[in-house]
Amino acid sequence: MLPMFFWAFVVGGLICVVGQLLFDVAKLTPGHTLSLLVVIGAILDGLGLYEPLVDFAGAGATVPILSFGNSLVHGALQEAEQHGLVGVLTGMFEVTSAGISAAIVFGFLGALMFKPKG
Amino acid sequence: MLVGKQSWIFQQHPVIAATGVSGGPFEANGHLAEDFDILHDDLWMGQDSYEKAQRVLIEEAIQTVMQKGNIQKEDVQFLIAGDLINQITPTSFAARTAQIPYFGLFGACSTSMEGLALASFMVNYKGAKNVLTGASSHNAATEKQFRYPTEYGGQKPPTAQWTATGAGVALVTDKKNGENLPYTTSATIGKVIDMGLTDPFNMGGAMAPAAADTITAHLKDLQLEPSHYDLIVTGDLARVGRETVLDLLETNGLKMDPNRFLDCGLMLYKEDQPVQAGGSGAGCSAIVLYGHLLNQMKKGIYKRILLVATGALLSPLSFQQGESIPCIAHAVSIEI
Amino acid sequence: MGNKKQKKTPEQQQYEQLQQKHETKRPIFKNCLKAFFVGGFICTIGQAISYFYIYFFNFTEQTAGNPTVATMIFLAMLMTGFGFYDRIGQFAGAGSAVPITGFGNAVISAAIEHRTEGFVLGVGGNMFKLAGSVILFGVFAAFVVALIKTLLIMWGVI
Repeated sequence: MLPMFFWAFVVGGLICVVGQLLFDVAKLTPGHTLSLLVVIGAILDGLGLYEPLVDFAGAGATVPILSFGNSLVHGALQEAEQHGLVGVLTGMFEVTSAGISAAIVFGFLGALMFKPKG
Repeated sequence: MLVGKQSWIFQQHPVIAATGVSGGPFEANGHLAEDFDILHDDLWMGQDSYEKAQRVLIEEAIQTVMQKGNIQKEDVQFLIAGDLINQITPTSFAARTAQIPYFGLFGACSTSMEGLALASFMVNYKGAKNVLTGASSHNAATEKQFRYPTEYGGQKPPTAQWTATGAGVALVTDKKNGENLPYTTSATIGKVIDMGLTDPFNMGGAMAPAAADTITAHLKDLQLEPSHYDLIVTGDLARVGRETVLDLLETNGLKMDPNRFLDCGLMLYKEDQPVQAGGSGAGCSAIVLYGHLLNQMKKGIYKRILLVATGALLSPLSFQQGESIPCIAHAVSIEI
Repeated sequence: MGNKKQKKTPEQQQYEQLQQKHETKRPIFKNCLKAFFVGGFICTIGQAISYFYIYFFNFTEQTAGNPTVATMIFLAMLMTGFGFYDRIGQFAGAGSAVPITGFGNAVISAAIEHRTEGFVLGVGGNMFKLAGSVILFGVFAAFVVALIKTLLIMWGVI
């Protein structure tokens, strides 16, 4: 269990460093950076490289936004195995619904409960 | 009178009879808190939106200046003012409350001097006896419109600036100056200058060429040396822009004395406030000039100053469309 | 950013050089260090939350991802609502933007901010202002990748 914590910390940290370099060196906006990272996550899973990273680093790979791309591809591929090509469209949100639903639900709750602090 | 290419001289010496300056919490903790008439300890001013709060800041500044200037709104011919918010609604709504014939202005952060120049012109040429002019900005309303939601965890680079929350309004009048009040003597209207910079987090760097252009034009039109002024103050170039404009002016043969070349964005806040390169916003130059600087003049510390307000004429959309940032600067000279 | 490289005149190029001398340089190394530590820390918390769900709630290593993500976004809501996610963001940069909490913060901060324009047009219309591009490109990229891979499998190439 303990090694997992260590690798989660290191891998997660390193992915964030890549993001920071995109901010500071490539001068990309957060929107551009995160969109790029999510696409990279999708491509890595297509190449079969992301799941091994998840096994190795646990939350260090599932918490960064790349895992969103990874989950979308996973869901799509799983459905496609069973239902053919149309599964690519229908399967995508099966695995990732937690993230988006949570963001929407908590976003709305947040707007109900909080005022911005400036 | 028109002099040179783009400047006016106000021979009748329109007097700045009174001013009203309101500010927010950051300004209350800042360097110049003593020079504000009204300060608030949060960004809401008792309203339920930032845009409404900005309107309240302007209304308070207008009320204050009329009180201090001992004048009723019936005696004020025109209100000429603006801000940064879409369609300058805070200023227009404040004008609705004030019920004074109104010119809405947009010069981004150069609005304050655009207004003062026009107000002085009107009074000088007997187009009005009393004119109220000013500018305002609100940090959260501006961030919401131009950048990110205020609670968003985006990281600002060290060249970014902090939009001031406040309104500064002045009463320009044709009354005889019996009480040793400051008066405007000249103004230079700037051209739009665009040096191709595109980073909205580096306004200072984008605006410096406009400031340099207007200062050069002013000195040329009026045939003056920089030493004519006790102080030349830019509106909101902040640290990056100020160093750049000094370098730019020197490269073009105009060496300024850095001790007599200040910037409102640098004067407003203390070193320990997290404002990155310094203050900015349409209200920045207005609250520093109409509060602190005029107070300094009345105390005899400065006799002749030139205020050069600088504005960046971009919109969130123009940035997304890949446009660079065109800028402008207007200068008004004030003596006492 | 979307800036087509507009041709700069020689005067503009000269100015750009002059200006860059005075432009405060971003402290890249310090920023990366801060991003590493905060990002790593957030992922470690995520790992702890995953284990919590595995041991107390019968989730497996594969399925614990979902409640973990939901919990982290809930925490992002609290931190955003109480006004300190933006401070963490200024300090940590990508360290707080890249983890899924950053996605949550983007949605939630936009929702909170636009409440003043009402819940339908304000909150509903603006909630995905910042995060929309992540969803768009994530979904589209996944579509293309999955499509290509499925076709390649169907044609026996892989």
